Order: sequence, then structure tokens, then C-alpha cells
Amino acid sequence: MELQEKLATLVDDMPAFSSSVMRVMDLTADINCSPKELVEVIDHDPVMTMKILKLVNSAYFGLRSEVVSIKQGVVILGINTLKNLAITIAAVGMLPRNSVKGFDSQEFLLHSLGTATIARILSQKIGISSRDSTDYFVAGLLHDFGKVVLVQFMASQMQEILAKANAENLELHKVEQNMLGFDHGEVGGQLAEKWGLPSALVTTIREHHNVARQHCPMSDCVIAANLITKHLEFGHSGNPVVAEFPGTVRERFANDMTGLLDELGDLSSPLADTRIFASM
Amino acid sequence: MEFTFRGVRGSIASPGPKTVKYGGNTTCIEVRGDNGEIIIIDAGTGIFPLAQSLLAELPVNCNIFITHTHWDHIQGLPFFTPIFIPGNDITIYGAPDPVTQRGIDAVLSRQMEHAYFPIREAELKSKISYVNLADRERIEIGSVVVENILMNHPAMDYGYKISCNGKSLFFTGDHEWPSNIYEPEDDGFEEFQDEIQQRYVETIDFIRDIDALIIDTSYTREEFPSKVGWGHGSFDTSIQVAREANVKHCYLTHHEPTRSDEALEAAYAQALQDNNVSDAASEPCFHLAQEGRTISL
Repeated sequence: MELQEKLATLVDDMPAFSSSVMRVMDLTADINCSPKELVEVIDHDPVMTMKILKLVNSAYFGLRSEVVSIKQGVVILGINTLKNLAITIAAVGMLPRNSVKGFDSQEFLLHSLGTATIARILSQKIGISSRDSTDYFVAGLLHDFGKVVLVQFMASQMQEILAKANAENLELHKVEQNMLGFDHGEVGGQLAEKWGLPSALVTTIREHHNVARQHCPMSDCVIAANLITKHLEFGHSGNPVVAEFPGTVRERFANDMTGLLDELGDLSSPLADTRIFASM
Repeated sequence: MEFTFRGVRGSIASPGPKTVKYGGNTTCIEVRGDNGEIIIIDAGTGIFPLAQSLLAELPVNCNIFITHTHWDHIQGLPFFTPIFIPGNDITIYGAPDPVTQRGIDAVLSRQMEHAYFPIREAELKSKISYVNLADRERIEIGSVVVENILMNHPAMDYGYKISCNGKSLFFTGDHEWPSNIYEPEDDGFEEFQDEIQQRYVETIDFIRDIDALIIDTSYTREEFPSKVGWGHGSFDTSIQVAREANVKHCYLTHHEPTRSDEALEAAYAQALQDNNVSDAASEPCFHLAQEGRTISL
């Protein structure tokens, strides 16, 4: 798809979220900046995470395929290279908060962080090891990557789509499909695939609105987390509709959203911990 | 196959009476294959005396493998006389840089920009080719095989294994064995530790049983804690790795620029003692890399 090629090139020059850009500049001004803090900023920003995973997984460097976590990236590239990559990304600029009416990048970041956090919690609930649950966090963080790309590079169409979805209370991806012929899941999934990201991650990004998809633990956790985050009104993804759990997700957790929320208990503390990454 | 240390000093050239025994030039290793193939690892200031000796063998057909592009490993490149002479064929291999997105092909042209050097790359008379290496490639040069593996340094840094007719050597370039950025009580500790361990095992497997390990050994046990993250090894880590990889000979290099011959020998003796290095047959033979010394494998 020609558009995908164009978007893939454009994303190289795409800025990261303002809170993380400011934090990276602040941290790296100190020669002894804490590697832990730096990694934490990068792995809480969808744009920085995606750009670094793209690099680590790229055939050009031939480093290692199937890398999902930034921590793995640090061990492969070294903290200094990672730091300089973060500075390079930060130097591109910051995503404007309201480049498009109806899309607030700070609220969007909160939505991504909320989905990531809850996806990790859900993965542990279904027996995924603590170590592998990091991949679920990444998948949650990146699930709407296509949306932020579309907002950035197809601003006028997205403004129209967001307005229509909002006015008529329609699911955003359906309006995208009607007006563009594809949705943000497909865009994000195609980019992730082109950049050689692991297939479970590609599938989760691509299929997170596809009700006909197969059972997949990562997709199920991310879809549930996405809906829970919206239901709790933690951040805002631009989608006005909070759908019911699809069948595969209900089967996975043997529960609907209300039941699962009861099981999970109070999520306010883990969610509050992520707020710092979206604050200026 | 044989190799000659042309430069063993780290960071900056350190000539003078106090370094005359081990040498003051920065990193350069000349390797000769059984059929006379010329492989050069790194182009620190040590490549200049090598260049002088190569003038007796014109035309020169050589392959320069750059571990990484920090100054002490490339500074001699514009002074490598064979690049100016028609008829010479020089191939430069190395890693692309993920931060600047530039390949190894930019190394000479950047060094030879007008502000830094009076001659432009375009004016060089020899044939110069560049090869960007992805991790774990295999290059055949006559009877010699060169393989690379990503090491850990504040730059893309490849270690190179060179094999020829059953003999092999490995040079780490600059390398610090990765350590955990997390504390044991932190969430990320275990995941990070697993990654480090996996990489350690992969690297040890890559160099297992080789004849000569040439390894970055910049710091003493006392110095190392304040240099963590600088991307260099210590006497302790080098001895440990040589043992685990079951290498036959281990050459400690990248000597600290402020270290005199006397201090270097004292640090070396202390490290052997601290690590209970014996002359048992199972133990690798440890040596301080010394400029000008040739070793036949």
C-alpha cells in the first residue's frame, strides 16, 4: 500500500509526546543521568518506544529480531546509545497537544499508559510470567500507535472523522473504515510489521478492533484493557464509544467487564503511578 | 596466521620514556593470513608505523576492520599512507551508527573535512571501498574468515574473530561486560539480568576455544567501580572471561594512557595474584599486549 510506505517514511520525523521529550532533555542534561529513569521515560512513550523497537529489530543492523522490550534494547545497544537515540528523538520536537480538534495528545498518552498498565495486570492474571508481562505492557502502549500517526499526518481527514464519531456517537475505527477505507489498527499493524516487530505485537495492534479475530492472549488482554481504560475514563483515545467485551475476551476471562472489574479491585493506584509520565 | 600489535594504548596516544616498553600508540592490530592476506583491525595511531612498513610491499591490497569509530580507533586512518597511492586496493569494514544513521562509509570523509584535514577524501588515489556490517556477518578474504559480534561500548562496537586454517584470534575492540542498571529489589532487575546473562553466554560461545583473545583491559579492580558505564573491561573481567571461554592465550590491551610501563606491570602482577592465576595447563596464558610484538599462531 502506497500510503503505508509514505507513512513509514514520515514517522521517522514524528515527534514524541511533550512530557517525555521534556523529561529526556532534563535527565540527559546531567552526564551522570540515571539509566533506570531514562529507560522508564522511553518505555512510557509510544513514539519513543516504537522508534527504538524499529531500530533494534531492523535487518540493517541485524542486531536481534523479535525484541519487544526497551530493557532488551538497552542490553543490546548499550545505555549510552539508547540515551543518544532518545536525545535525537527528543530533538525532533514535541507532539502538539491539540494539533487536531477532538484529539488531545496528553489525554491520548494517558489512555495508552492506562491500557498498557491494565494489559500487564490482566496478563499476570491469566498466568503470564512477570517477565513476559512486559510485552503486554508494550502492546497496550502501542495498540493505538496508528491513531497518533494518522492524526499527525492526515490531520484534516482525522479531524473530520473524530468530529463525526463524536457527534453521532460512533466507534472511531468504523468511521475511519468508512471514510478512509482502513482503520488505525491496520495502519499501526502494517507499520509494526514493516519494521520487523514480533508477530504477536503486530497482530495485537492490527486486530484490536477486529471482532472476527482468533483467540490470542495478548490481543485479549489488550482489548480488555483498552475497554476498561475507556470505561474508567482514564485519558481519552478519541473514541466516544465504550463497547462491550467481544466474545473472545469474555471467554478468556470468563467474565464481562463489570465482573472483571470486580475481580481486579481498585485500579486507581497503578493507574495513578502512570500519570507522572503524561504530566508536564 | 600471525598478528602484530601496532598500537595497544587506550583513549589517547601516550608516547614518552615511561611507556616505551609497551608502547604509546593507540589501537591497531596487523593480522597476516597464511597466504599473505592483510587484515588490519582498527586504525589508531599505530596504523602509521604499519603504513610505513607496507610501503615496501606495494601495491597493497588490505582490509581494515574498524571496531568502532571513537577517535583512538580511527585517528590514524587519514595518515595510512597507502590510501594516497594509486594501485592500492583498500576495503574498510565497520558498523553503521544508529544515532546519526550514517554508515562506516562516512568515517573517512568526515575525518577529512576541510576543518580537520587538508586533503579531501575525493582526492585519495587508491581504490577505497566500504562495507557496512550487520551483526554476525561472515567475510571471507582468501584463506581468512572474519566474523563480527556486537560488543558493549558507548558506540556500535564490533568484536572480530579472525580464523585461518584452524587457528583463530578474537579482538573485543572496546568492551565492558554489561552490568545491571537495576537494584535487586527493582521490578526490572530480573528481566535485565536474564538479558545480560543471555548476551554473556552468546559472547563466550562466540570466542570459545580460540587461540588468542585480545581483550580490552583498561582498569584495575580499584579503578573499575568509578568507571562503570565507560565501556571498558578490567583485569578481573578479562581473566574471568579468558578462563570461561577456554582460550589458549589472552592478551590484555587498551592500556590506560596514564599508566607507565612500571605501573602496568605492577597492576598485571597484582591481578594475576588476586585471581590466583597459576601456570596449570588448564589455565590460559596471560600476556600484556606490547606494541611491535608479533605472535605466530
